[in-house]
Amino acid sequence: MSIFANEFMIRAFIGAVVIGLTAPALGIYLVQRRMSLIGDGVGHVALTGVGVGLLLDRSPVLTAVIVSAAGAVAIELIRERGRTSGDLALALLFYGGIAGGVMLVGLSGSRSNANLMTYLFGSLATTSRSDLIVIIVLGAVVLGLALGLRPALFAASHDEEYARVSGLPVRALNLLVAVMTAVTVTISMRAVGLLLVSALMVVPVATAQQVARGFVATLGLAMVLGVAAAGSGVWLAWEIDTALGATIVVLAIAGFVVVALAVAVTRALRRRAALRAGPAPVPAAEPHEVLLDRR
Amino acid sequence: MTTPVVEVARAVAGYDDRVVLRDVSLAVEAGEVVAILGANGSGKSTLVRAILRLVPLISGRVALFGDPRFRSWQRIGYVPQRLGAGAGVPATVREVVGSGLVARRGIFRLPGAADRAAVSNALAAVGLADRAGDPVASLSGGQQQRTLIARALAGRPDLLVLDEPTAGVDAASQAAFAGALRTFVDGGGTVLLVAHELGPLAPLVSRCVVVHNGTIAHDGDVPEPAGHHADPGHDHVHPHAPADPPGMWGA
Repeated sequence: MSIFANEFMIRAFIGAVVIGLTAPALGIYLVQRRMSLIGDGVGHVALTGVGVGLLLDRSPVLTAVIVSAAGAVAIELIRERGRTSGDLALALLFYGGIAGGVMLVGLSGSRSNANLMTYLFGSLATTSRSDLIVIIVLGAVVLGLALGLRPALFAASHDEEYARVSGLPVRALNLLVAVMTAVTVTISMRAVGLLLVSALMVVPVATAQQVARGFVATLGLAMVLGVAAAGSGVWLAWEIDTALGATIVVLAIAGFVVVALAVAVTRALRRRAALRAGPAPVPAAEPHEVLLDRR
Repeated sequence: MTTPVVEVARAVAGYDDRVVLRDVSLAVEAGEVVAILGANGSGKSTLVRAILRLVPLISGRVALFGDPRFRSWQRIGYVPQRLGAGAGVPATVREVVGSGLVARRGIFRLPGAADRAAVSNALAAVGLADRAGDPVASLSGGQQQRTLIARALAGRPDLLVLDEPTAGVDAASQAAFAGALRTFVDGGGTVLLVAHELGPLAPLVSRCVVVHNGTIAHDGDVPEPAGHHADPGHDHVHPHAPADPPGMWGA
């Protein structure tokens, strides 16, 4: 049977492609700010939102967006203080989020265990028509902001202190990134799952930055890689009947390993070729920047 | 009398419970090139950071261009001590310099031809035009420092604030840097710079302020170097603590 004979497969495919584009476009700012794991933390908090939604018999996507956005803003405010105690505050928030979520989902009904697994690890069959509309609309908003505000978001993530002195609204931009992270996590949870969303924000960026020379190039390549991993992940998960989120993430990491090996081999070959060509002309060396122990 | 570009009145500032600046007053007039000198830990960087509102004042007052509630940040070009280590997301020299124009342009607008020209001019002014497309991480420390100066110059500020711009920078970069600074000063700009030693910048400096133990110990002419600091070959370079402590998400 063809993969696209089922309507739910088409929905899963479209949803995955939207997420594959959006997650790295936002994730690059998180990686740049050394917050690669923030998506994971927000995912933990989002589970409480899912539990609240199931318990109240409301759309879990909506409650998850609200709860995880509140969590992401709290995390950003803790980070802004930049104190070591923030580390513990974050741990409390993360584990509180996932424990609260598991309890609330458990309280909400009898089918809860299977339900919980689809939220944690994603599933092919769970993307409903209304889910898909939410994914497309919110995905487009996040993508539009992440690309449209690129110069400002880049400046604020690249050198926060300079950005502040240059007059950029750094705090507002940081909070915007936090809320966009929450939205991305939530729209991705049906397909990829809350525990694996973060990988799709980070891994394509990590792959792209091995070969790209600039920020825009890294961004573009990471989006291509994200879509490739998500799209092929839907197909592979269908063919070999595996969990969708795990399949997408394994493919993305496989891409990272292949690129890392290719880069290493290219470098080694170039070095060997340079050695064979004889000693290179010594470039006009600049002195070391920091000279220690100079007498 | 004209309004000073920078006016610090009885400023007390510090971090948490530790007071670093004690009752400092300082005025910088338009067109001046003022060097703030002092030993490591003297409070000279804190003084500049308090002026830029990166360190909150405990008491006292800072006015920029005569305004204690200064908001026209595009009039200031800030050159930090060094480029943050970053997390490895590459950025080209042109991208870094271009980030100096975002606030001036407005965050909802994408760069236009005028912005690209401003970036090219700033890169030419520091002698890095040929490296525009290279990842900034592939540059030497001195070239990275010049990139940061180009970023500050691109927005065509009225006041340049530099935090140890020449510490550990190679001679070629120091010369290129002094040239760019001279052009800026000749165009009517005001400069406030923090330094260990002046090196090739000495002829540009019109006034020196020496900070010692959080207070101003000297305000006036450029002091002569003394002792082994006066040796022609003395290369006054200190190791620095990492500028960017690893974040809570680890490196």
